[in-house]
Amino acid sequence: MKTLVYIDHFKGDVQPASWEALGLAKSFGTAVAVVFGSGVDEVAKAAAEFGADEVLVADDSSLADYHAETYASTLSALASSHSPDLILFPTTARTREMSAMAAVDLNTGVLTDLIQLEASGDSFIATRPIYEGKVLEKTTCSAKPVMATIRGRAFPKPDREAGKSGKITKVEAKGEAKSTVEGYSASESAVNLGDASVIVSGGRGVSNNPVLTPPAGMDEKQAEVWRAQQGFALITDLAQLLGGAVGASRAAVDGGYITYAHQVGQTGKVVAPDLYIACGISGAIQHLVGMRNAKVIVAINKDADAPIFKQARYGVVGDLFAIVPALTEAMKKKLGK
Amino acid sequence: MKIIACIKQVPDSEAKVKAEGGQVSWGDAPLVINPFDEYAVEGALQQKEAHNATVTALCIGPESAKEALKHALAMGADEAVLVSDPALENIDTVGAAKVLAAAIQKIGGADMVTFGRQTLDNGAGLTPAQTARVLAWPMLGWVGNIKVDGGSVQVERVLEEGRQIVKANLPAVLSVVQSIGEPRYPSFMGIRKASKANIPVWSLSDLGIPAPAAVVTRSELINPPVQETAIEMITGETPAEIAEKLADKIIAEKVL
Ligand SMILES: Cc1cc2nc3c(=O)[nH]c(=O)nc-3n(C[C@H](O)[C@H](O)[C@H](O)COP(=O)(O)OP(=O)(O)OC[C@H]3O[C@@H](n4cnc5c(N)ncnc54)[C@H](O)[C@@H]3O)c2cc1C
Ligand SMILES: Nc1ncnc2c1ncn2[C@@H]1O[C@H](COP(=O)(O)O)[C@@H](O)[C@H]1O
Repeated sequence: MKTLVYIDHFKGDVQPASWEALGLAKSFGTAVAVVFGSGVDEVAKAAAEFGADEVLVADDSSLADYHAETYASTLSALASSHSPDLILFPTTARTREMSAMAAVDLNTGVLTDLIQLEASGDSFIATRPIYEGKVLEKTTCSAKPVMATIRGRAFPKPDREAGKSGKITKVEAKGEAKSTVEGYSASESAVNLGDASVIVSGGRGVSNNPVLTPPAGMDEKQAEVWRAQQGFALITDLAQLLGGAVGASRAAVDGGYITYAHQVGQTGKVVAPDLYIACGISGAIQHLVGMRNAKVIVAINKDADAPIFKQARYGVVGDLFAIVPALTEAMKKKLGK
Repeated sequence: MKIIACIKQVPDSEAKVKAEGGQVSWGDAPLVINPFDEYAVEGALQQKEAHNATVTALCIGPESAKEALKHALAMGADEAVLVSDPALENIDTVGAAKVLAAAIQKIGGADMVTFGRQTLDNGAGLTPAQTARVLAWPMLGWVGNIKVDGGSVQVERVLEEGRQIVKANLPAVLSVVQSIGEPRYPSFMGIRKASKANIPVWSLSDLGIPAPAAVVTRSELINPPVQETAIEMITGETPAEIAEKLADKIIAEKVL
């Protein structure tokens, strides 16, 4: 079997599930990594170190910014000339788009957000959550190549062999962009919830500390957001100490406490970290569907009757403004940091 | 300006969905407009207000999906179209994209077509980009803000790496996310109008296209194993004492 593995990156920052896809491809046979962008030598080198048998690189100024059309056309051309059995991607907003379009070009289909993939004869059987993970389906694609995006952290990550070199082949960029990138409205650091092994999340409760006195001159809404920012600072401290990411409920996002990229749940991100600490989150079903597959869930909430406690392994009834910093201190001591 | 909002009908997210006899069942839980698609309708209605546009809601589904279209009408959409055909029961997303593209052409085209980010049932998140590819229109995904200026549109894409500002010529396909703003509630007048609306139903022969053959098919349904979590409440005299105990528990789980 021959697999093309699309290495998804944002300005050189690789989506780690790309390496998981590479490891999966190797278990089926030949794994050819595919890297698009401009000035992407480092990414190509990393792909070789993670075990790619060959790396196809389209390094072109027209690919400097991601555009669904150019990325899809370049990929479709590669698929036509290399005839892979399978094309694998990590599941991201970008890969859903470009795989979707390439599937139209190649008269095939895409199996998205897989948690399992097995070879079966000369094709594949995939397992994926549907209905917000309430049911799993096994699904197949009868055309070739089979295209599949894998969920982060669902497959093992291969070891990296520093210095390992591989065959790197330049390929051509194809297609024409149908839009122009005018810029970024805010410089935010990447929020990588899908790949995080630890997530500490805050909800509406993060703004609920009447003792904190906001700076003079703020109206009620500004004071609420200011309080929430103090709360999220505590959550960020704990997340950073544990090497994790910061999550949020929709109430926190709607309240303007934090950006949408952090939202966990039905209309946000579905995550499955090893450890999920929910602070000041009530546990509405739309939040639960986004995080209930975490291995260990800890809930910190003032209200002993909050539904989040029905989902948690450990619970603390208390004020997050007291418990979260105390937990950070205790963890620091015990982890020797 | 003419806008089409593509919506699907799905079981409510509170529904107890399970696999039963090889089928997905949700008991007597209500079917609703796909929650992601409410943002598609909201985004379209914001442009209707800003530019005096007309909004048509479009859905592929069974007869019962008219209820989801009525929700869009009640929110403020001007018209609705249902594409319904027994041959469309098991289509995949490429098939849906081809049918939607044909319906968009039959409606008379549009300046903008809005989608949700993904469906709640299938959850593929593929149909918008596939429809854009079939139509050969620009694809602007994960949009949280829309500004139309003459023949072009500027959007803010809400990505994990931050908000990206992208511009394209119309017509274009957009997928709209939550940052567009809370979907409006249907007004009393809206509900009355929607209940009386006559929603045309088009078959594949009305669209003049053959039934798309599905290449992606389901072979099995599985109920995931139920996770039994027994909660352990951590108590103590002071936050420090509670934190101390909780930290020990977390470390003993070996998840760090
Ligand atoms: C279509 C749709 C999609 C949705 N999608 C999502 C989604 O993707 N993600 C999501 O999260 N929600 C989603 N929701 C919203 C969801 O229904 C809830 O409204 C939301 O999750 C509530 O957020 P919360 O728990 O932070 O707020 P609340 O429900 O208000 O809970 C706040 C909690 O904080 C506790 N608290 C207050 N002060 C403190 C304190 N000082 N210390 C400790 N605890 C404190 C309170 O006891 C309470 O339990 C969606 C809703 C709909 C209708
Ligand atoms: N049957 C359908 N009828 C109309 N629009 C649809 C249909 N299925 C999907 N869509 C649109 O495509 C988006 C993504 O769907 P999906 O690719 O199935 O996750 C949805 O949010 C809708 O906007």
